[in-house]
This record gives sequence, structure tokens and C-alpha cells, in this order.
Amino acid sequence: MVAVTRKFPREPHGEDMASLESIISVRGINKVYPGQVHALKDVDLDFPAGALTTLLGPSGCGKTTLLKIIAGLLAPTTGDVLVKGKKVTAPGPERAFVFQDFALMPWATVLRNVGFGLELRGLAEAKRNEIARRSIEQVGLSGFEDKYPHELSGGMRQRVGLARALAVDADVLLLDEPFSAVDEQNRRKFQEDLLRLREIERKTFIFVTHSIEEAVYLSDRIVLLSRRPGQVSQIIAPQIDRSGTPDEIRRDRAYLDTVEEIWQGLRQFVD
Amino acid sequence: MTLFGYRLPMMSSLIVWCLIWEIVGRLELVLLFPPFSGVLAALVDLVQTQKFWDATWTTISTFCIGMVLAIVCGVALGVLMGRVKAAENLLGMWVNVFASAPLSALVPVLMILFGMGAKTIVVSVFLFAIWIIALDTQAGVKHITPSLIDMARSFGAGRRDIYAKIILWAALPEILAGIRLGFIRGVKGVVIGQLLVSIIGYGELFEIYSRSFLMEDFWALTIVLFAFALLVAELVGMLEKRIEYYAGVRQ
Repeated sequence: MVAVTRKFPREPHGEDMASLESIISVRGINKVYPGQVHALKDVDLDFPAGALTTLLGPSGCGKTTLLKIIAGLLAPTTGDVLVKGKKVTAPGPERAFVFQDFALMPWATVLRNVGFGLELRGLAEAKRNEIARRSIEQVGLSGFEDKYPHELSGGMRQRVGLARALAVDADVLLLDEPFSAVDEQNRRKFQEDLLRLREIERKTFIFVTHSIEEAVYLSDRIVLLSRRPGQVSQIIAPQIDRSGTPDEIRRDRAYLDTVEEIWQGLRQFVD
Repeated sequence: MTLFGYRLPMMSSLIVWCLIWEIVGRLELVLLFPPFSGVLAALVDLVQTQKFWDATWTTISTFCIGMVLAIVCGVALGVLMGRVKAAENLLGMWVNVFASAPLSALVPVLMILFGMGAKTIVVSVFLFAIWIIALDTQAGVKHITPSLIDMARSFGAGRRDIYAKIILWAALPEILAGIRLGFIRGVKGVVIGQLLVSIIGYGELFEIYSRSFLMEDFWALTIVLFAFALLVAELVGMLEKRIEYYAGVRQ
């Protein structure tokens, strides 16, 4: 049951989604965990370059599993992940991951944490610190370079996680519920920053969340996954004018309609 | 501690105990307890003899070699058991048995294997200290947040980087707690080993003093040993306090 529907025929950013080249494709992904837990079933998806695609679904639907398979951190039971048309089975420099629990090294400063991806690539210290400082500035954490993670708030820690992913200059950013461990005020601020960042960076984002509002607010495309075993149940491309202020967007007719639309689609999966 | 409103300096209770010792000693009730002043005099004489410094050197060198070996092997063993399920199943039980067993019973066997010399002392320090270091390291390694390892992998870390840059650092507080306990056990190992071998180091001196009923010297040496054990525990405690700060703020 793969029902691909396009509820809103208008195209985002004036471009035709379908004509955009897909940078990542997954083909026939199945994931069965030991104990016959069927987490994902026959998932086929294309992720257009330069778009923000959200994986949305009830908890336990395998959306994080799918993201980790795309990242190369988990091996699918069957199926392939293609990055720019080439099959991959391990993490690679074209993908960078942002973790739900931040995954910062508590023994290292913000600067070293952000530069860690570059450190692993063998960049000289001066060079990687220079790049790290730039991405720390991008996420608005200048002045905190020498602090340790425990000295920062949850929202600031996730900014460090984001800066680390930006520093390696990957084409695709994979974000696993990045705001779920962050308080509401910080989450909203963070979402706005992410929208702004997309405009400048023109990277591809794949975003996992369980918040419908968050998905609609941020995404070009929303992939709805069904309950376990996770399957693609619907793909929605919200047509929201994001030129207004955050408050205007949240009161926008299309925004509210899309939220309602998705809720109706997900309702069947809620007990 | 305060007495009648006066603040007493630290360790002043020790003076009371020394006085009681002196009185009991002067009463000549038991041959084993010479007056404390006699013990002090013997201590002053003792530290001027070449034999004492030779024995001290033997003790410190065997202790240090044994501890370095125990730390290197214990941490390696602990990481192996923490990361490899098969190693945990195969070795876990034995490490637990050895960590709680009365290892003094093994020292005579070690004497047969390694001879009546410094080698046996080194091995007994090693055997006393290694197990608790391995167990604590294993606990630390097993409790690493899995996402830290995922993070390193996702940014392209190889196996060596994961161990050297993530696992050892993340488990460091537990490893250091294990090393502190290992040091305390190692002191027991060096003393018990020497006493049983009894022809080198402090063991030889103890043997001479107790056989010839030189009780002043015997107690003087005991005081030196206790002070040594206390000093080691204090030094490691100081080091751990600095690390605890970091351990406490882990996510």
C-alpha cells in the first residue's frame, strides 16, 4: 500500500519537485530486528536535492531506523541506499548526522566538538579550528568556543551538534528529532534559524520528527510512515508561503489546512 | 573536633592514643608493646640504616612495576570484556572470582613459579590490583552512550579512533575509580608478598625483627608501612577528586 498523493499542486520555491534530481534514494528497504520485529517494510523513497524532507509518523514506526539506514549507521535487512546514484553501505563524507541526544563529548570544548568531524578526517588543528569557528558563528554560538557541553543549555548543546554537522560541509544533513530534547521556546527559535540556514546553505535536509506542526512549518515534503512495520503511507508537499514572519506562517491558511490534513492521515494509527 | 569550647587541631586524638601506648609500654605488661618513645627512637635509627633504604627501594620499585602492568592489562581486559560479548561470557566469571578471592593464598604458589625474589612481589602486586581495574573499566565501557559511538562512526571514525578518542575517554571516570581501588589493593599485595617471601625488602626486616623480638624496630617499620599505604590512598584520592568534577557533569 504505497499511496503517493499530492494534495497541493503548487510547487515550492517555484520549482517542480518531481523534476529535481534526487540526491538520495532508498530502494526496497526492509529492516527486521532480531526477534522478528519488522521495523520497515518495502520502503522506496527519493529525496530531492536542496529540499527539506520530513519523515513523520507515530512512535515506533521506524522513522529513526530509516534515517540511520540512510546514514549508514544501520544495515538494512534487504534493499539499497543510493547517494548520487551510487550504492552506499557505510557513513560517508556527503552525509552528516545530528543526534537527538546531541552526542557531544563531555570532555571536549565546544570548539573541539564542532571540529571533531574534521579532526577525524585528519585536518591540521589550525585549519579545523578556523572552520569550526565559522560554523559556531553560523549557529549563533560565538563566544562559547571554550565552554564545555555541561556549561550550555539544551538548546545551545543542539546548536553545537548542528555546527558539527555543518563544519564537515556535507551535501545532506540528517536530523534525528533534533529538537525533542529542547524546551519549547528554544525549539521555535531553532526552527526559525533552521529555515534561515536552509536559505543560505542550500543543502538537502532529511528530518525526523513526531511533531506535525514542526513538520509542516519546516518541510518542502512530508513523508508519512504507517505504524510498524513502517511503510510509506502518504507523501505531502505543503505549499506554504514562508516569506512572512513566523507568526504569519503559523496563522497561514495553507499551514493550518496541512496540519489538519496530516492529522486526519495519522489518526488511523493512533489507538 | 572541639573540646570545652576549644578547637583542637587535626589528628590531636592521635596524641591521646600515643600517650596510652606509652603508659601501657612502661607498665611492661606485654612483651609485644614496648613504650612508644622507644619505638620513635628505633624509627630514627631505622631511617639512618642502608638496609632500610634498600628495602624501601625494593618495595617502591616492585610496587610501581606491578601497578603499571596491572593498569595496562586491567584496562585492556576491561575494554575487551565491555565491548566483546564472547569475552565477557568467557572471562567475566573468572575476573569476578579473582576480584573477591583471598589472593594471599596464591602467593606461595607464585613463589614456586617465580622464585623467592622481586619477580614474585611484582606478580603479587599485579594479581591483587588487576581484577578490580578490569571490572570497573568494563562497567565504564558498557555504560557509554551508544550515540557517542554512532556519532564518531557517522563522521568517519575508524575502529582505532573510536577506541582512542571516544571509548577510553567516555569510560575514564570509572577507569580511574578502578585504578584507585587497584592502588589500595596493590599496597596489600606488596606487603603480603614481601611478608610471605620474607627474604627481600620490608619482609626481610620484619622477619629479622620478629624472630629476634626487636619489638621497637618492628613497630617502627609498621608505622612506616601504614604511612606509605595512607600516602598512596591520599594521592590517588586527590587525583580522583579532580576527575570526579568531570564525571559528575556527564550527560
